[in-house]
Amino acid sequence: MGSIIEVQGVSKAFGGLHVINDCSIAVEEGSITGLIGPNGAGKSTLFNLIAGAFPVDQGTITLAGENITNLPSNVLFEKGLLRTFQIAQEFTHMSALENLMMVPPNQPGENIFNTWFQPGKVRDFETGVRQKAMEVIDFIGLDHVKNELAGNLSGGQKKLLELGRTMMVDAKVVLLDEIAAGVNRTLLQDLVGNIKRLNQEMGYTFLVIEHDMDMIAELCDPVIVLAQGSVMVEGTIEEIRNNPQVIEAYFGSDPNEAGA
Amino acid sequence: MNEFIFFFNSVVINGAVIGSIYAMGAIGVTLVFGILRFAHFAHADMMTLGAFLVLILTALFPAVGPAIGLPTAFVMMPVAMVATAFIAVGIDKLFYKKLRENNVKPVVMVMASVGVTLMLQGLIRFFAGTGTQSLYIDDRKAIFRIDLPFESASRNLVVTEPQLLLFLFLAFAVIALHLFLNKSRLGKAMRAMSDNPDLAKVSGINTNTVVGVTWIIAGALACAAGTLLSLDVTLKPDLSFMILLPIFAAAIVGGVGSPYGALAGGFVVGLTETLAVFNWTFVLRPLERAIPALDLPNTLAFVPTEYKITIPFFILLAILIWRPTGLFKGKII
Repeated sequence: MGSIIEVQGVSKAFGGLHVINDCSIAVEEGSITGLIGPNGAGKSTLFNLIAGAFPVDQGTITLAGENITNLPSNVLFEKGLLRTFQIAQEFTHMSALENLMMVPPNQPGENIFNTWFQPGKVRDFETGVRQKAMEVIDFIGLDHVKNELAGNLSGGQKKLLELGRTMMVDAKVVLLDEIAAGVNRTLLQDLVGNIKRLNQEMGYTFLVIEHDMDMIAELCDPVIVLAQGSVMVEGTIEEIRNNPQVIEAYFGSDPNEAGA
Repeated sequence: MNEFIFFFNSVVINGAVIGSIYAMGAIGVTLVFGILRFAHFAHADMMTLGAFLVLILTALFPAVGPAIGLPTAFVMMPVAMVATAFIAVGIDKLFYKKLRENNVKPVVMVMASVGVTLMLQGLIRFFAGTGTQSLYIDDRKAIFRIDLPFESASRNLVVTEPQLLLFLFLAFAVIALHLFLNKSRLGKAMRAMSDNPDLAKVSGINTNTVVGVTWIIAGALACAAGTLLSLDVTLKPDLSFMILLPIFAAAIVGGVGSPYGALAGGFVVGLTETLAVFNWTFVLRPLERAIPALDLPNTLAFVPTEYKITIPFFILLAILIWRPTGLFKGKII
């Protein structure tokens, strides 16, 4: 299979700080690709560039061959490129179920005229969306809190809800931004299981930023290591783990060598 | 007893009347803030504009009201509300949309809305002159004097027809808005967008439609508030501009972004204002008869009427110092 996301020669600077330097990565269709790197390597920035949160200074980004450079995030959403947030986002004053029901785009009920003139169509669609949301909430294991206000959910449950949101539409690519951060071990196993199921059963491609190496090891193949704004090395988790460059980037140079 | 009725007429009824007007204005301001994140200063002049559209319609069809038994202006109000809603959407498309698309800072939007205010004021004066107009053309303001079933009560409870219509309309509008925001998909999308605009953008909510609907609601409510205020008093080009500050005070008192808060805030500001300028001498006269040594002045009010405008200012400052998020926590619809 070919690559579904291709980032070519992308650069981004904030003021004088060059966060991303001529960075090129490719995400294979159907893969769960990990994106790791020490703090400040530019992982989140690269993510935000792909997700259209801010414009690139240079370079191109394509989704399934189509140029999506600098498209706004709502357009990318319609093209099937979804993201989750490092700090889980939710509509705090709506129930978990309602949060999911907001997601499908172009709902007939979101049109002023339909609300008045085609109430039947609106109602039918609403029933369908509700059913879908119930299935999703069951899948991510939040059935017991479906009527709880999303603002009251625990951090881990909010992360699950983030994942659930991507399931409300047929996503092609999902960008997961530190989905494991702040999630307890038990819930994390659910999360990993769900991501794998989505990948295998529904053909989602994932690009994952993660600090939890165990999770990366369990989930991702291949893994891309980012350092100082560009790709340092790419390969399987085993290759990465034994790569001296990576070890140096994470832990600094070997103290024995440096001391000698 | 008479003293109490006097108090009720001049504080409770009048306070509730002006409070309802503030509330209607504040709900519009707060909705616009919740969705678009800027203080819309042109809101008051949208109220005046709406009232002037009603005046034009009333002048064109003066006989409609008497045929139904309501003031003509009130019958024409729904038509003008639709027109004002379209104008509000038009103003957004012409001025605010371009700024929004260029991601300007909120303060730039505020300045743009001040510009729109000046433009609307100029246009209204250009077409309607600077004089005072009455919305009653072929009909007269009905005043209800309600006899109270008490022996000692020689005074009547006084309420006018436009005041009653105002209370009824406000109740209707609030219930309709409540149902819209909580039951309809579009209303929920509005709440979602005010709750978390970034998430709304990346989760399939059509933000353009939501913005449009916000202007429709704000415009329609502004027109209704302007018309009902003009029916209660008279129509002047600066009528609503004068109440811009109390409206913003009401919105902030209630917690900016919360329409229920704006409703409560409107009444808090309206009632405080009328209570502050209330002349206590009349009420205290019986006391003076009992204690002749108590020499009451002719006017005895907390604040002289001329300084009425300081009251909302004071409430605004007090809230901003002691409860900056408003009486009810804001930023949610």
